[in-house]
Amino acid sequence: MAAIFQGVGAAAALSSSPSNSFDSKKFVSSPLRKGASFAVVRSDGRVNLNPKGRRAQQLISNAVATKSDSAAASSSSKPGHELLLFEALQEGLEEEMERDLRVCVMGEDVGHYGGSYKVTKGLAKKFGDLRVLDTPIAENSFSGMGIGAAMTGLRPVVEGMNMGFLLLAFNQISNNCGMLHYTSGGQFTIPIVIRGPGGVGRQLGAEHSQRLESYFQSIPGIQMVACSTPYNAKGLMKAAIRSENPVILFEHVLLYNLKERIPDEDYICNLEEAEMVRPGEHVTILTYSRMRYHVMQAAKTLVNKGYDPEVIDIRSLKPFDLYTIGNSVKKTHRVLIVEECMRTGGIGASLIAAITENFNDYLDAPIMCLSSQDVPTPYAGTLEEVTVVQPAQIVTAVEQLCQ
Amino acid sequence: MCLQLTYVVKSGLVGFPLHQLNTKILPTLSATIPTPFPLVFSAPIVSFLSFIFSSPLSLPSSPPIFSPFPSSLPIRKKMATAFSPSKFAAQPFPLNTTSQNNPLTIPTIASPFLGSTRKLIRLCSSSNLNLRRRSGTVVAVSDVVKENKSKSTPNLLITKEEGLELYEDMVLGRAFEDMCAQMYYRGKMFGFVHLYNGQEAVSTGFIKLLKQQDSVVSTYRDHVHALSKGVSARAVMSELFGKTTGCCRGQGGSMHMFSREHNVLGGFAFIGEGIPVATGAAFTSKYKREVLKEVDCDHVTLAFFGDGTCNNGQFFECLNMAALWKLPIVFVVENNLWAIGMSHLRATSDPQIYKKGPAFGMPGVHVDGMDVLKVREVAKEAIGRARRGEGPTLVECETYRFRGHSLADPDELRDPAEKAHYAARDPITALKKYLTENNLTSEADLKAIDKKIDEVVEEAVEFADESPVPPRSQLLENVFADPKGFGIGPDGRYRCEDPKFTEGTAQV
Repeated sequence: MAAIFQGVGAAAALSSSPSNSFDSKKFVSSPLRKGASFAVVRSDGRVNLNPKGRRAQQLISNAVATKSDSAAASSSSKPGHELLLFEALQEGLEEEMERDLRVCVMGEDVGHYGGSYKVTKGLAKKFGDLRVLDTPIAENSFSGMGIGAAMTGLRPVVEGMNMGFLLLAFNQISNNCGMLHYTSGGQFTIPIVIRGPGGVGRQLGAEHSQRLESYFQSIPGIQMVACSTPYNAKGLMKAAIRSENPVILFEHVLLYNLKERIPDEDYICNLEEAEMVRPGEHVTILTYSRMRYHVMQAAKTLVNKGYDPEVIDIRSLKPFDLYTIGNSVKKTHRVLIVEECMRTGGIGASLIAAITENFNDYLDAPIMCLSSQDVPTPYAGTLEEVTVVQPAQIVTAVEQLCQ
Repeated sequence: MCLQLTYVVKSGLVGFPLHQLNTKILPTLSATIPTPFPLVFSAPIVSFLSFIFSSPLSLPSSPPIFSPFPSSLPIRKKMATAFSPSKFAAQPFPLNTTSQNNPLTIPTIASPFLGSTRKLIRLCSSSNLNLRRRSGTVVAVSDVVKENKSKSTPNLLITKEEGLELYEDMVLGRAFEDMCAQMYYRGKMFGFVHLYNGQEAVSTGFIKLLKQQDSVVSTYRDHVHALSKGVSARAVMSELFGKTTGCCRGQGGSMHMFSREHNVLGGFAFIGEGIPVATGAAFTSKYKREVLKEVDCDHVTLAFFGDGTCNNGQFFECLNMAALWKLPIVFVVENNLWAIGMSHLRATSDPQIYKKGPAFGMPGVHVDGMDVLKVREVAKEAIGRARRGEGPTLVECETYRFRGHSLADPDELRDPAEKAHYAARDPITALKKYLTENNLTSEADLKAIDKKIDEVVEEAVEFADESPVPPRSQLLENVFADPKGFGIGPDGRYRCEDPKFTEGTAQV
């Protein structure tokens, strides 16, 4: 586990440097006085003035250290505050709800229970039962309700208790969420955020271990992002809420307790951009969500063996950030995709197609893709381990690719 | 309160013994409505269950009860007697679907469906009145309905202006749909086109009571809902022709009529899909009032859908949520007895849809949907309830579509006798009769309206014909509200910044 946090630490350090000469900035370093107002230059060139920095003060004390890690240990001299990923999501959500009264949350057990993964903890007390709405167990209908509310002026955040439950809402997500802006000729916008934890957990069984990114990726009209660190979780949550497009935010069940130090100031992460985790020369490894940590763990081994992998967390599952990816391919000429979704029709498959279409001339070897097995996730721990890509497999793949 | 039992027997159509649902039963049923848990309702549960309206618009010289099915005869004998609630409650609807010598597989418990032409008990001869039996805790009283009026001072339901407005709206709906059919067969529009002929009373009766900020959500049979709400005939016709001047820029089509200006929230192709969207719009209204503190926000949402949808999960889920949170919504069921070729009676265990309202803690009302004035009365109450914040209502309008399910439907399955029966109850003819008989207006006025509407529809067709088709560049324009959603291209710029993109020729 220490390796993972080290990866997080490395990621946090690296993510602060812009990965490309493109004009995007995730945040601007600024005076760290709490309550200072300053500008955040966003990738579209607009400048956002942070209204208040007061919420940063409340949350430092909330950061519960579940796993102590010396590498990423909180030293008070470092800027920002430390918290866990679910708290980062909560912070992002809370800040947006304070900023805009139209932002509301709907989902099962989001209110009084605080969310089954505590992402909405305390929000119902603060904002009331109508803004943090406990819905009955009717995913299709409350997702549709969220869409109707979005069409008529609100900005709902719909939570699927587990991403897999959103299969029940597929009708609304595909037909209405994705399509209504188009079929209405642009008259109605649907600024909804649909989020929830997915991915393979610890022996949760087949139905609770689903990865829906591959099912949703064909729906035209939606954007999909996957968060992997507290930093980008908060950033993506905020960006998704502020976006006028419907956004599906994929979280991962096993990543909720990751701890990281994040800036105090207001920032967002661009929804369409990928994140450079570790620059390198020999091979480009594209990944997202939990697999980022397996990749970083493998990266340690690879570095020891003399390889220099470039690790990119693609973050934006739809649309792909072909600029970051392209630059990387042009540099390393070898691509390995490591993903957690199924092999058939997964994100990796789409990514291979996109890269081959656009950067075929730059490739020295066929793209390799490591995905989960096309198997309903078994309950047994040993089998479950095998369905998901493990660091050892990543190391072998890189060695093979770099021959 | 005078108890007037009026029920009308549907001839020729077998159904659940709704006639048994006489007013004596209502108190019983109201007593059995369970208190919802948890007790979030502070107001007493309204349980006005079934309004059986007399039918002032029915033709006095209606044809005798038409019963092609011998099994309906014994029911007619039963009608005159009192019916026990237990008999009503205990009788499960049989699943018998064996057809004997008729193509319509009608279960053999032959019971007339409510709302036929024959009145069994006449009311006071000022037949303009609607009388209904109320249970103890009725909340709203329609200000127009008065009881025990004497003959000499008939109380009309509508004024002349209202009457003409209703008439014009219904004629517009009818003329427009007839023109759609013509245009379809001439090859000006394609795909699935579902026409509303015969059901105009429901659309006019409800939508003409709304304000501009109220929302309407419909299904694929949405042309007339859009027209009633105020979308211009030109915009709808252009949309059907797929022209860029259509209300949805030609991108939606027949089944996706939207209008931001008039708050028409669609137009949905899958049934049941619109109901959660309507619930969401009602949620927004409540949210605006309570969270955004717009205290005078009393926007109401109407969700229109059919009998087939009432077997869909989204219907029930939304009834639950709307009643739970007392959302300002009215669920209007346009029960035209057929879901393409599936008879409502063959698809539904308990065909009385209005009964499903009280099961969720909201009033369920049944109304004759071929009679615009009755629909309007019920609509006033239901919309009034929603505006006052008392919660949702389920209104079942018994209506009928004169044409097939869509223009592609050969409509062979429905009994011609049934069609003739309902054709005789054409809502436009009935309103015309009402208006002229009560001296609200003259034939000449009505003919003038007919002519005017014809011109409007002709002009709409001309406009649509002359409108341009959408250019290629329109293809990608409305996929995302924020076109950055198309992503960053290999050159580092957002794809939407690429000039070729707006021409629709760029790859995405």
